[in-house]
Amino acid sequence: MAKNSPKPIEGLTYEAAFAELETIVTVLESGERPLEETMHLYKRSQALIKHCVDLLDKAELKVQTLSGETPGDFKEEQ
Amino acid sequence: MRNCLHRQSDLKAVDSHSEPEYSLGMEQMALFDASPRWTVSNLTRHLRVLLETDPDLQGVWVEGEISNLSRPSSGHVYFTLKDSEAALRCVMWKSEVARLRFAPQDGLAVEVHGKISIYEAAGQYQLYADSLRPLGEGALYQEFLRLKDLLEAEGLFNPSRKRPIPELPRRIGIVTSPTGAALRDILQTLQRRMPLAEVILAPALVQGDDAPPALVAALKILNETAAPDVILIGRGGGSIEDLWAFNDERVVRAVIESQAPVISGVGHETDFTLVDFAADLRAPTPTAAAELATPVTVVDLQQALVEMGRTLEGSMRALFEHQYNLMEGYQTSLHYHSPLQRVQNERQRMDELNRRGNVILAHHLELTRTWLNGLGNRLEALNPQAVLQRGYAVVTKNEQVVASRSQVREGDALQVRVKDGQFDARVSGNG
Repeated sequence: MAKNSPKPIEGLTYEAAFAELETIVTVLESGERPLEETMHLYKRSQALIKHCVDLLDKAELKVQTLSGETPGDFKEEQ
Repeated sequence: MRNCLHRQSDLKAVDSHSEPEYSLGMEQMALFDASPRWTVSNLTRHLRVLLETDPDLQGVWVEGEISNLSRPSSGHVYFTLKDSEAALRCVMWKSEVARLRFAPQDGLAVEVHGKISIYEAAGQYQLYADSLRPLGEGALYQEFLRLKDLLEAEGLFNPSRKRPIPELPRRIGIVTSPTGAALRDILQTLQRRMPLAEVILAPALVQGDDAPPALVAALKILNETAAPDVILIGRGGGSIEDLWAFNDERVVRAVIESQAPVISGVGHETDFTLVDFAADLRAPTPTAAAELATPVTVVDLQQALVEMGRTLEGSMRALFEHQYNLMEGYQTSLHYHSPLQRVQNERQRMDELNRRGNVILAHHLELTRTWLNGLGNRLEALNPQAVLQRGYAVVTKNEQVVASRSQVREGDALQVRVKDGQFDARVSGNG
C-alpha cells in the first residue's frame, strides 16, 4: 500500500500507476482510513493521474528488432 | 454437314499451300450440286448450337497468355488467349470481372474458365470467361485444400484452441518483413492506438522458398526471448504465390505452438491462408491485425483516467461531507450540554421563579387590598358622619357631646351637627 513507502511517482510505469490509483479509489470509497491519511492518498492520486496523463501524452511506440536470426536481404513486398 | 466443313477447311489448307490444286478444287466444288445451301445466319446459328450443345465445350479450363487486352467503358474485358501456335478470342462480362482478385494484363500466363460459343454478328467463336486465375494457382489451390483438410482433421483449426487476445498488451511481437509496407502500417496503427506498448520485431522473409523456415524461426525466437503478450504475423497483399509461405505446414504448426496468442493479417480481405485458420484471431489486413491487437486504445485510457479522477473527487467529497456532518452533530450536542447553557437555564429558572413570585405577591396585595376595603367599609359604618347621613344629629356643648339631659341647662348654647354642616341652638327648657 502507498502509505508504507510510497514509490516516487516519476519512475512508475503506466500500469503500476494505474493499479495504485485503483487501490486508492477502493480505499477512499471504503471511508475507513483516518482523514489525514485519506488527504495524503487523495493528493497522491492527483499526482498519479497527472503522471498517467503525461505518460499517455508523451508515449512513443518503443520498437526493438531481434536480429541475427533471419539472414539475407529482404524483398520489398507487393 | 460436318464432312462438308472439313472438306472446306481441307480445301482451304490445300489452297494456301498448293496453287495448282486450287483450280482443281473449284472444279470439284462445281460438281457437288447436291450440297446443302445456307444463309450465313442459319449456318452461324447452326454452328453455335453445335458448340453450345457440346458438353465438353461448356465448362473448359484453357491455358494461355493474355494479349490484346482491352477494357472499354462498358466494364467488360476483351482479350485474346494465345500460345505459340493458336489464338482464342475471349470475353469476360463486367459482373465476372468484378469478382477477379487481380487485374489481368497483357503477357500474363493464365488459366481461363468458361464456355465456347459464337458471336454471330462477327462470325467469331470465342470463350465466354467466368473465371480467370494466374497459371499455377489452380494446382496451388488444390494443395491448399488438401493441407487444410489434413490440418483440420488434426483439430488444429478447432475454435476451442483459440486463445483470448489480451485487452492491454504491454509487449507486442511482430513477425513480418522489416522492409514491407505491412510493418509500416502496423507500426503506424499501434502508435496511434496504443503508443504505450513495446514492440518487438522479429524480421522474417515473407515470400519465397526461404520464407517458411524464416517465419518459423522468427516465431520461435520471439516467444523464447521476448515473451510477448500477443504476436502479429502477416504481410501485405500479393499473388497467391506471394502469400504461399503462409500456407506452409511448418508455419501453420509454429503458429499453433506459439506461447503467445497470434493474430494473423495476411494480404487483403479476400485472402485466406492456413495461417489465418491457425491463428487465434484472423484479421483481414496487417492494419486490422494491429487494431485487433489493441482493443483498448489510448483514448480509452484517457477516459478511464478522467473517470477515475471524478470517482476520487467524489469519494473525497463524500468523506468530507461525512466529517462535516459528524462535526455539526457534535457541535449541536456540545452546545446543548455546555456550562453556559446551564447558566442560562438557571437564569431562566430564576426568571420563572421571579415571575411566579410576582404573581403571588400581587395576589397577596390584592387580598390585602380587599381586606382593607372591607375593613374600611366596616369602619365607615362606624363613622358618625354616616349616622348623620341617616338623619341623626350630634349635639355638642363646648366641644362636649351632649349625651344626657343632665348636661344642659335652660339657656345653654349648643352646637348641632347634621349631615351637611352645623348650626347653633339654645336650650329653651329642661325639665
